[in-house]
Amino acid sequence: MATTEEIRADLADIVNEVAGVDADDVQLDKSFVDDLDVDSLSMVEVVVAAEEKFGVTIPDDEVKNLKTVGDAVAFIERSQG
Amino acid sequence: MPSTRVVVTGLGTTSPVGGDVPTTWQALLAGTSGIGYLDDEWVDTLPVRIGGRVTVDPSEVLDRVKARRLDRSSQFAMVAADQAWADAGLEGSGLEPERLGVAIASGIGGVTTLLANYDILLEKGARRVSPLAVPMLMPNAPAANVSLKYGARAAVHAPTSACASGNEAIAMAIDLIRLGRADVVMAGGTEAAIHPLPMAAFANMMALSKTASGDDGRDPVSVSRPWDTGRDGFVLGEGGSVLILESEEHARARGATIYAEVLGAGISNDAHDIAQPDPEGRGGTRAIKMALREGDVDPATVVHVNAHATSTPKGDIAEGLMLHAVLGEHVDRCVVTSTKSMTGHLLGGAGALEAIATVMALHDRVSPPTINLDDKDPEVDLDIPTSRRNLPDGDIVALNNSFGFGGANVAVAFGSVK
Repeated sequence: MATTEEIRADLADIVNEVAGVDADDVQLDKSFVDDLDVDSLSMVEVVVAAEEKFGVTIPDDEVKNLKTVGDAVAFIERSQG
Repeated sequence: MPSTRVVVTGLGTTSPVGGDVPTTWQALLAGTSGIGYLDDEWVDTLPVRIGGRVTVDPSEVLDRVKARRLDRSSQFAMVAADQAWADAGLEGSGLEPERLGVAIASGIGGVTTLLANYDILLEKGARRVSPLAVPMLMPNAPAANVSLKYGARAAVHAPTSACASGNEAIAMAIDLIRLGRADVVMAGGTEAAIHPLPMAAFANMMALSKTASGDDGRDPVSVSRPWDTGRDGFVLGEGGSVLILESEEHARARGATIYAEVLGAGISNDAHDIAQPDPEGRGGTRAIKMALREGDVDPATVVHVNAHATSTPKGDIAEGLMLHAVLGEHVDRCVVTSTKSMTGHLLGGAGALEAIATVMALHDRVSPPTINLDDKDPEVDLDIPTSRRNLPDGDIVALNNSFGFGGANVAVAFGSVK
């Protein structure tokens, strides 16, 4: 089972690849939109890449609840659990 | 006579012979070919294994994150637009966004993005298709992305007329300025179609040469040979080019450097066949005459033509007939060249790259050669230089021709600056 930090680090790599955000800035308390400047289309790309990476499904109506990196990591942990 | 004079004040390109205009122009003058074996893994499955890749990949120039949102054709357009904008000195010039237009064409659009996403759809399912696929592959994506970057809020066009698209974009830019709809237009063409599907399709319709793709021992550099008896089809190239067209009044007011004047354009259609040219070149003749009439050009002053001549058996002959029909006896004093002998055929990117070559020929008063012309087709009676040839002093005019599937013919006449 991946740890919270491992999931955060892998997610950070995805956000870096998609949106060019420095992976070190992708911390649990950061908002995708307000802090990391990830726009809606990039967020869809992040979600699709995360589904593939973590082997989970993130429904469209769940995406709007993933405001922070921590929200996303927690959702992935629950889905994997 | 059109009242508004239009001039060229900036140039940019990324091409099979160079990553910018100075490099590309010097390569063309030197007769340097950009054609070689493709190193893509899929190439062994194809009957054609050669092409003209850009010498500088856009990934070396563009920001990675911005580039991943652009189809390769848009990447080329962006590289060329950045160069042209800087060359024209428009940054900080106070140009109002509402007076800046864009006309950047492609022949096929974002075909590699389309097909890559189709592969993903089949292999990984619908969920994995990129949410950016449509804005990346749409034919107006290159023009739209350039307008976004430079804040162009006048008309943003992407005319499509296959291999005449780039030249039609320039013709459209002239109209935008003469109709008062813009003071400055970023005009050009781009194409990124080196992919097994379009290459297989062009090969199957006998448009691409299969020479040097098998065991014949021929050199890829020798395959694009316009007007030579050994020609047997074109070689596919890629790249993008952008010219800054501007009303002369606007250019003079800001003290811009002027490369050449854009005198006039002609657009016509053969209505003959979806792919074959009219064997007598009647539609092309009308387009060239229109361009000269619009610019009030005396045919005796036309000293240079950058021909469409793609190295296909029929098209190259038809273009010779057009030039005889329009220029008459003056054709003997006109230096006609095909830079496709070096770049290959960039489809929708061809007209704009060749417009830059035409403008530079007037500016430097020298024509690039046509390489590989070892045995000129006796049906072609044109003065074709096999090494660079100086053009005369005085007021001179040069033509850039482009013809496309669907019967499209576009000619643009440029004039030297006093």
